[in-house]
Amino acid sequence: MHRFANPARFLRIARPLTPALFLLGLILTLAACIWGLFFTPTERLMGDTVKIIFVHVPAAWLGMGGWTGIAIASIVQLVWRHPLAGVSARAIAVPGATFAAICLITGSIWGRPTWGTWWVWDGRLTSMLVLFFLYLGYIALSNASSDKGDTSRVAAVFGIIGAINIPIINRSVIWWESQHQKASITLGGSSIDSAYLVPLFVAVVGFSLLFGALVLMRMRAALAEMRIEARMRRMAEG
Amino acid sequence: MKPKHQRLLLAVIAVAALVGAGLIAASALREEASYFYTPTTLASANVEPGKAIRLGGMVQKGSIVRGSDGVSITFTVQDQERSQKVAYRGITPDLFVEGSGVVADGRLRPDRVFVADSLLAKHDENYVPRELADIDMSAAAHTKDTLVP
Repeated sequence: MHRFANPARFLRIARPLTPALFLLGLILTLAACIWGLFFTPTERLMGDTVKIIFVHVPAAWLGMGGWTGIAIASIVQLVWRHPLAGVSARAIAVPGATFAAICLITGSIWGRPTWGTWWVWDGRLTSMLVLFFLYLGYIALSNASSDKGDTSRVAAVFGIIGAINIPIINRSVIWWESQHQKASITLGGSSIDSAYLVPLFVAVVGFSLLFGALVLMRMRAALAEMRIEARMRRMAEG
Repeated sequence: MKPKHQRLLLAVIAVAALVGAGLIAASALREEASYFYTPTTLASANVEPGKAIRLGGMVQKGSIVRGSDGVSITFTVQDQERSQKVAYRGITPDLFVEGSGVVADGRLRPDRVFVADSLLAKHDENYVPRELADIDMSAAAHTKDTLVP
């Protein structure tokens, strides 16, 4: 693990990896969206609105996966003091918040024709909205530390505490009666017909690669910024 | 004990306490955080008539009766154990069909009929193409079992 915590070695790997992930992710995402939009059958009850699933579900998973990543990186930062852990946690926050927002917006657009409402305050929707607000809080908190190079410990603690919301989102439809339906894809199997499941899987892989590319880009930008600051400081000290 | 191990121990204790607190809070919320009553929980909840509540469940097959005025309907909402009669006046959502889920805002009448002010359709977790759905729509509640490989 220490081997990859070295920023120089990380940059050597990340430089070629970023465009590779980005291009492959873009191709898979576009392919899955075109496949999902034009080449999947209408659903028995929902009709064509089922096609929002190819954006909604990957966005939901990545929104939740992003915070899980922040929590793990925060623990690594606090316990092992890895120089890259805090940088990666910060880099995840903005794409994570974006995907959480995409999940909420597409879900709302989907809810109107399917349920008959844009929004209800049930367990699933509310806990997902809380996740989005947690992201905003995390971004504000991690930006509040005056020195960009200093990975904020308060933000790391917040990242760990906020992780309690992730299992709550996951279990919300099982613990509480909710407007949102129960999970279609579980470890035991899937209740989504393969006509939708296969392009959905491609979309999840594609969006995940894009997410990874975004995180790498932001990490490289943060490291470059830290280097500039260090150099400026040295120059100022003369 | 090295400082690293101290920090690890501290992190483990903190995470354990956090998970414990979260689970206790969630289990305490179990009833209160439910979005609606099912016919079974409504029967045991002792809700007085006139109080605004939500009722959810499956629309029983063959239970929808449309009134002669064209906008009044009555139907029965059921779960695994019980059923509840519902009266509604208004336009029903597109996905409001027999054998599918519904969430109704409203209140109980003294005669225990649930009068709904608004209806929301509730989609189940099964996604089935239309051409395959003709087989048996009433199986909606059980489709998940049949679709799992």
